[in-house]
Amino acid sequence: MPDALILLSSIALPFLGAIVAGLLPTHARNAAAWLAGAIALSMLAFVWAAYPTVADGGVVRHAIPWMPALGLDFSLRMDGFAWLFAGLVSGVGALVVLYARYYMSAEDPVPRFFAFLLAFMGAMTGVVLSGNLVQLAFFWELTSLFSFLLIGYWHHTAAAREGARMALTVTATGGLCLFAGVLVLGHIVGSYDLDVVLASGERIRSHALYLPALILILLGALTKSAQFPFHFWLPQAMAAPTPVSAYLHSATLVKAGVFLMARLWPVMAGTEAWFWIVGTAGVATLLLGAYVAIFQLDLKGLLAYSTISHLGLITLLLGLNSELAMVAAIFHILNHATFKASLFMAVGIIDHETGTRDIRRLSGLNRSMPFTARLALVAAAAMAGVPLLNGFLSKEMFFAEALSAQTSQLFLLQILPLAATAASAFSVAYSLRFIHGAFFGPDPTDLPRTPHEPPAWMRFPVEILVLACIIVGILPAATVGPFLDMAAHAALGAATPDYSLAVWHGFSLPLLMSFIALTAGVALYIGLQKQLRSAPDGPPMLRSFDGRRMFERAMVFLSWRLARTLERLLGTRRLQPQLRLLVCVAILAGAIAVQVRGLGPGNVMPSGIDPVLALVWVGGAACAFGAAWLAKFHRLAALILLGGTGLVTCVTFVWFSAPDLALTQLLVEVVTTILLLLGLRWLPKRIDNPATRQAEVVTLTRRLRDLTIAISAGAGMAGLAYGVMTRSPPELLAQHFLARAYTEGGGTNVVNVILVDFRGFDTLGEITVLAAVALVAYALLRRFRPAPDSVEIPEQQRDQSAYDEARPDRSEGDTVADWLLVPSVLTRLLFPVIILVAAYLLLRGHDQPGGGFVAGLTASIAIILQYMIGGTHWVEDRLRVPPLRWMGVGLLLAAGTGLAAWFFGRPFMTSYFSYLGLPLLGEVPTASALVFDIGVFALVVGATVLILIALAHQSVRGQRAVPRSSEGRAAATRVAGDD
Amino acid sequence: METILALAIGVLTGSGIWLLLRPRTFQVIIGLSLLSYAVNLFIFSTGGLRTGAAPILERGEAGSLAQYADPVPQALVLTAIVISFATTALFLVVMLAARGLTGSDHVDGKEQDS
Repeated sequence: MPDALILLSSIALPFLGAIVAGLLPTHARNAAAWLAGAIALSMLAFVWAAYPTVADGGVVRHAIPWMPALGLDFSLRMDGFAWLFAGLVSGVGALVVLYARYYMSAEDPVPRFFAFLLAFMGAMTGVVLSGNLVQLAFFWELTSLFSFLLIGYWHHTAAAREGARMALTVTATGGLCLFAGVLVLGHIVGSYDLDVVLASGERIRSHALYLPALILILLGALTKSAQFPFHFWLPQAMAAPTPVSAYLHSATLVKAGVFLMARLWPVMAGTEAWFWIVGTAGVATLLLGAYVAIFQLDLKGLLAYSTISHLGLITLLLGLNSELAMVAAIFHILNHATFKASLFMAVGIIDHETGTRDIRRLSGLNRSMPFTARLALVAAAAMAGVPLLNGFLSKEMFFAEALSAQTSQLFLLQILPLAATAASAFSVAYSLRFIHGAFFGPDPTDLPRTPHEPPAWMRFPVEILVLACIIVGILPAATVGPFLDMAAHAALGAATPDYSLAVWHGFSLPLLMSFIALTAGVALYIGLQKQLRSAPDGPPMLRSFDGRRMFERAMVFLSWRLARTLERLLGTRRLQPQLRLLVCVAILAGAIAVQVRGLGPGNVMPSGIDPVLALVWVGGAACAFGAAWLAKFHRLAALILLGGTGLVTCVTFVWFSAPDLALTQLLVEVVTTILLLLGLRWLPKRIDNPATRQAEVVTLTRRLRDLTIAISAGAGMAGLAYGVMTRSPPELLAQHFLARAYTEGGGTNVVNVILVDFRGFDTLGEITVLAAVALVAYALLRRFRPAPDSVEIPEQQRDQSAYDEARPDRSEGDTVADWLLVPSVLTRLLFPVIILVAAYLLLRGHDQPGGGFVAGLTASIAIILQYMIGGTHWVEDRLRVPPLRWMGVGLLLAAGTGLAAWFFGRPFMTSYFSYLGLPLLGEVPTASALVFDIGVFALVVGATVLILIALAHQSVRGQRAVPRSSEGRAAATRVAGDD
Repeated sequence: METILALAIGVLTGSGIWLLLRPRTFQVIIGLSLLSYAVNLFIFSTGGLRTGAAPILERGEAGSLAQYADPVPQALVLTAIVISFATTALFLVVMLAARGLTGSDHVDGKEQDS
């Protein structure tokens, strides 16, 4: 079978299956189970197909180039070691699927369960088959993610949610560390390819960055494998459905950590740092887990701590820096997977058939479920390390390694065998407690359900696994021997030591240790009987030492207290300090740039000073200062002065050959001024009273500080502008646009051609922004409620209305109409003229200064002038401008012109042009850009008018919002009637 | 000429920043407008100052920088003018709505305690 097929199918099948299972109907339990089972079995078949290659010491490879420039390929690689794990993942996976079919209740959304399980299977296969470290880190995080989903499968229970959250937080954080470590490792080696990394052990171990890389990678591995002090998430993860615990928390997920350590063992182990970190974590976890397991009341909790302890054993073996220990570790990974998965399944059966896992309520199940009891008995014996079972063999090897460990610290040599024996004794004790507590003793009372044997097929996976425990235990060399040998050779290469897999090695020290441990364990269990019967959950002495609670506290501290404190210390909700900071950062950035790069004289001699322009700018500067000075108490004056500055800017544009800018600036100036004028009415009155003016020191200091900032910013900008202007500008695009504006864009006004043709897409975006702003303004103003002190009608209007109402021959509004008679006649006459000018500007825009923006602003000024002089009612009775429609049409036209190019097989916004002779008008440029410009025109008219009218309407609405006397209301009705 | 324009940009920036740091919304809006003049002039000036060289070509002509002013900063500033108009309009409306909701024209929506 081709390598690519084997590898790609092993990875892709589970993910595809997950998607299919996710799409099945909620109650399709059997269909989902069949699907998942079929996929797991075919994965197993694919893995098996690779056996001939890997058994010869070969490596099955397939790489798909992904980002070759960065040295990243999607690379899959299966050697004997990865083969063993892939077989474990798919084989145990198939058994778990069968088991889960019977375990999961019909009420649960089972297809979702199988979808998560399959996805996890795929992620795990991805971890073991990755031939690239970055890719491995990616699949690593995927396993964390899917294990989160699986633990939280029963998300209606708080325990599941919390357990899932904790597992994700711990393992995903570890995964991030791993990722960082992998990046460091890749930096050291110069490649992320596993083959390259595995070949550069010397280089890695002697590199200055070895320790950081080691610590980061180990953080990933130790969190995943639930090693002390990160072990606390595993017991919480027991809230998952039991098939998940059997699969993830015994055979696969938690093995990913030790898998990674073993994978990198040839290149990273062998140093003191490795020995101390891995060894210490391993021995601490081994002892702590085994000790705590004795005192668990929940059968799954007991198994969880036992798993932690056995993972600690494997970690310790890896940490011993000995090849033989490494072989023992691989062997124990296999053995542990078989007996622990079967024990988890047995607990699941007990839970399923009795309704509880509480060791205090369970008792004497041996009579009601004898088969299950015997299976569990054998598996537990394997866990305790009883001879003739597989657990005994690897434990024996462990003892031998503990005795022969090599280290410079001699006292460790004495401690290690003691610790190994003690942990082993503990494991005998908790195995005894498991079996004795659940299956022996008097008949159980008050169980939620009457216990009986489970369906035969539910027991089948347990039988298979227990059978494996026995066969391997009796005939190790004939059964697991070749596989172990293959995996060890793949992981260790030429350094693989000679070892013997035999049940009987003669009378030796390890055998004696086993005997001591068995005896001591039994004695310990008997001695603890009384205490265990009455004790609460958790071990004595260590009860207050609770990793879970510390984790919760740390989370609360990080996500709440620390965040709040930092916000209080460093944050502010006030705008002024934020703006001040922004400005200061900008000034500082400029200053640093000048400091670093220097600012020499430019290469362009400044031209002479024109006195006229100088005079104009004296006025401009005075206007700017005036506006700054008066904006607080004299808003109208400030507004007028702002307009003055705008006009001076406009003159500057004309002066320096930018007629289009000058036109646009002028018109925008007009519209902005009207806009702000309309807004003035809703602002609070603020009268400058010298008597009440505060001159506190605080205020003065604040102003002085702001003044300094403002002056520095101004001086900086002036210097920067001068520096830029005295250097010859880069030509970059200018030449390109100037040369092609007519020949390719069909217009002589280069700026306009750039806007509607070359950079038409930008303009499309820009008018979309304008439309969005107009709509936001409209929406905000629809719900506008003026502040109470602004509701009142202004004094002038009140006086006029009072005058009008006092005379029977006048109606409200007459005075102002009389007063504005001459201007109103003039503006009404001007209306068609301005519209004509707008049309002229629009049509000539492509060749002469003008264009859609300018024309649109002109037209909207024509309309708003009528509003100003005639009043809202008068205009709206005579002229209906539906601004939203204008905007819509404009946007459609502009976008449609761009889209039209597609029909001619050209890219979006390609333009077409020619000149068209029209009667009377003469030759008119008709580029498709003109249609685009008409779209811009329509949108600008719509948007500007929409904002201005929405503002103007507030005055009308504002009046109506005021609770008025009956007389006033009558007047209002009359006004409406007059209209 | 460069000196005048540089000074002008400096004055506009300074006045704009001063107003930007004031507590009243109207002051900030005027300050932003002044600042946008300064920025527009600055962007415009990056193309170099040329008189009597508006980038309006003859028909059929392929123009060059020797005859005409740089049109790229002009096109950029044209866009900038329109966008700053939109920003001013939006800010004005938000300012009015905030003033209506909070009853205050302070930038923080409430009078400062200090």
